[in-house]
Amino acid sequence: MVNMAQDIPAAVGSAAFDAATAAVEAALAAGARYADARLVDRRHESLTARDGDVRSLSQTTSAGLGVRALVGSSWGFAALGDPAGDADARRTGARATAIAQASAAVPGPPMELVGVPAVQGGWASECREDPFAVPLAEKADLLTAVTATMRAAGVAVAEALSQAWDTRTAFVSSEGARIGQHVRETGAGMHCLTVGDGETQRRSYPAFRGQYGTRGWELVRELDLPGHADRIAAECQELLTAPQCPSGDTTLLLGGEQMSLQIHESVGHAIELDRILGWEAAFAGTSWLDLQQLGSLRFGSELMNITIDPTIPGALGSFGFDDEGTPATARDAVRDGVWVGVLAGRDSAAVAGLDYAGSVRADGYARLPMVRMTNVGLEPGPHTLDEMIAATDDGVLMEHNRSWSIDDRRLNFQFGCEIGWEVRKGRRGRMLKNPSYTGIGPRFWQSLDMLGGRAPGEWRAWGTPNCGKGQPGQVGHTGHGAAPARFAGVRVGVRG
Amino acid sequence: MNLDDLSTAVLDEVRRQAGADAAATVRAQQAALALTRFAGSAIHQNVADEQVTVHLELTVDGGRTATASTTRAAAVPDLVAATLAAARLRPRDAGWPGLAGAAPLLSPGSYDPTTAEASPAARAEAVAAFVEAAGGLETAGFVQTAALTTVLATTAGQHVRGATTSAICDGIARLAGADGVARAMAGRLADVSPAALGARAAAKARAGVDAAPVERGPWPVVLEPAAVADVIGGLVSGQFNGKAVVDGTSGLQLGSAQFDPAVTLADDPLAGVGLPFDTEGTPAGRTELVRDGVPVGLTTDRRTAAALGRTSSGHASDASATWGPVAGDPVLTAGAGGSVDELVAGLERGLLVSDFWYTRVVDPKRSVWTGLTRNGVWLVEDGRVVRPVSTLRFTQSYLEALAPGRVVVGSDVDPQPYRLMGPMGYNRVAVPALRLAAWNVTGTTTG
Repeated sequence: MVNMAQDIPAAVGSAAFDAATAAVEAALAAGARYADARLVDRRHESLTARDGDVRSLSQTTSAGLGVRALVGSSWGFAALGDPAGDADARRTGARATAIAQASAAVPGPPMELVGVPAVQGGWASECREDPFAVPLAEKADLLTAVTATMRAAGVAVAEALSQAWDTRTAFVSSEGARIGQHVRETGAGMHCLTVGDGETQRRSYPAFRGQYGTRGWELVRELDLPGHADRIAAECQELLTAPQCPSGDTTLLLGGEQMSLQIHESVGHAIELDRILGWEAAFAGTSWLDLQQLGSLRFGSELMNITIDPTIPGALGSFGFDDEGTPATARDAVRDGVWVGVLAGRDSAAVAGLDYAGSVRADGYARLPMVRMTNVGLEPGPHTLDEMIAATDDGVLMEHNRSWSIDDRRLNFQFGCEIGWEVRKGRRGRMLKNPSYTGIGPRFWQSLDMLGGRAPGEWRAWGTPNCGKGQPGQVGHTGHGAAPARFAGVRVGVRG
Repeated sequence: MNLDDLSTAVLDEVRRQAGADAAATVRAQQAALALTRFAGSAIHQNVADEQVTVHLELTVDGGRTATASTTRAAAVPDLVAATLAAARLRPRDAGWPGLAGAAPLLSPGSYDPTTAEASPAARAEAVAAFVEAAGGLETAGFVQTAALTTVLATTAGQHVRGATTSAICDGIARLAGADGVARAMAGRLADVSPAALGARAAAKARAGVDAAPVERGPWPVVLEPAAVADVIGGLVSGQFNGKAVVDGTSGLQLGSAQFDPAVTLADDPLAGVGLPFDTEGTPAGRTELVRDGVPVGLTTDRRTAAALGRTSSGHASDASATWGPVAGDPVLTAGAGGSVDELVAGLERGLLVSDFWYTRVVDPKRSVWTGLTRNGVWLVEDGRVVRPVSTLRFTQSYLEALAPGRVVVGSDVDPQPYRLMGPMGYNRVAVPALRLAAWNVTGTTTG
């Protein structure tokens, strides 16, 4: 599936294209053989409530120009906040080329870019209710009410958060691309803490940092935060007296939200081509995957089908074009358990000998576009969570992430969850506290023996609004389709 | 418009729109950051950005507060109007701590014009020196130069200016699946030696080839400064953080002998690369956190200080409302343990660890963290390194690792770049190596 180019959204003004065009022209005039520029105008709002009161209300607006220039095989990138006109744009374009020329002092091997169509068009995310048009008072009332409900139920701390972004981008390349995008993203969530003797417990809804999508405020309404406040507060208190998650190897059942992070960490990052090529070796890390095995390596069981799909309507990692101007296209990453695809950019794909890109994104105008996840998700399976529980003689069900850690090759992971339950003889039993599990990526995925998604609502495109990568640091917004799943012989209950 | 005039213009606009009773803190911030990354011994990413950002925190009616920021200097009236509209919608916060009063700074900051103006060619030269010193091994890493100038003005009469620069060289050398790391951070690019770092990283990589796992369980360890920076980072963010104390998630016991007597820890922005005031305008100074093993201090902003019956220690930041006030320039005092080699000589059987990676808190109250080793581990027997060890997972209480009787502190403090939500991406954590009696290894990358 490919997102079809639409007209340039009216929200992206022609002046933005003028500045981007001037920057590209200046970069070429200074000696670049390729250049592109993005004029990004972004608005963000964050509202937090704590214990029945609004705790913070923050609004940011940022506008600026980011320019990439290629000299030989060497890149340069320059950014300027609030460019005042053509002169600022041209100065930034020329600076990008000068930086590329300095890069050439320590050059890499010759490199070309994978070809992409020079699109002149645009794309806008679907938004039924503009999050910035919803009165602040209404948002504040929602968040304060749910935190008051949780506090009244006896928890020590109750917090809730909503966020919204409105991003308008004008992209111009020296190959003739001229693309406008208008993306609105919205999300919200809540959590509570209880404090016992030497311990704290936490419950959250709908996910540990909330749920996010490329949608409007309708996403927040659908979450129904008030309908879950009492429940998570009660569970949070019950956790203080619940027994510890046992230690040992057992059958592990994971809820959909935890599965989304499992996919993000052990699959999504592992299939980033810049990691595989060693470009992130000193910081984000590399990958255990070897390009020689693309198309043949068994990553997981036959139930494992992972897609790279930025075309999913409303998912947080969706767009019309990535930040190199490549049209959004759905691809397989793992099919029937076999690794078949990567997240790639125009330069990394060329180095790897691949013919597709489309997964390069930047955190605002001031950051260099780099290989990032879009929506990397697991297709729904043939089972339901109820069927998994009924089919389990002895195991543990865990939900909602509390901590995550994985090594720099994306092999050894350890996750902690907020809450767990015993599963005995086909039934969900006692609540368990401090559940955790650990494993090795491919061994774990090959132990996937049941996969949910058949029951209504089990499969969901979860949004992760806080994926860190890059130097200088960038925060990425990614999506992950996920459903409950069952894994055999997993080590649980890791203690410190 | 210069930063002083810009901040004054914002305050004038606040008075015009919100009246004389409004309370406001304005920060006008000029940031320039340049970073050159290399991988496969070639520069593959090379960036520079510059921007002016105006931050406004506005309170009306003695407790209705909102914050906003913009990169559009010409949009000051819009910024004030949006912030005022947001503030008026909020309920009055009875716990609003008020503005910091006018107070003199202890330092103007630490600003090196040569570092601020370092060219891409200068950073490329530093990269070339690291690559060359690695003696043909594949290398990867980055060289960063950053400059930050901030003017902060409040309706309570505070008007201060501070500036800081920093430089980082951080890289690995790679050989047959083994990585060795060396990194340094200073206020001036001239004080960083990429060639020395490249040579050190290469030596580590050469010593790490053919690593094999060890068994799980508690191990005595020597942690090199890069690994120690992570331990100290975890403690200052989770234990000495005033919000964690208010929330009850900190396990710190102020006044008790909770740490080994060899542990003395402070936050010292004036010795590091921080600004001389925090985002509330409180002058920054040295904050003593642990004296001879006894926790004696916390990091606070005005809100957490009020909740704890203290005065602010000057640790408000853009992130402190959410994550709490955290030390930005922690310094662990050197001890009598000597060099890393001397610390290793005192191990009968244990592990030498270069670096940690992806550490995440598992149990905040006990400060239990899980994470992995990175860039080299070695088995030590009878005081000598005998072989490299493959990547290990640990699950360990940082508080218990530094408990009385368990710590020997090295003698050489080595400033490390570490992320503690500093305004320019990295903070400077100055730490020596440590020898610890036990570190709980809970897994390997093979199982």
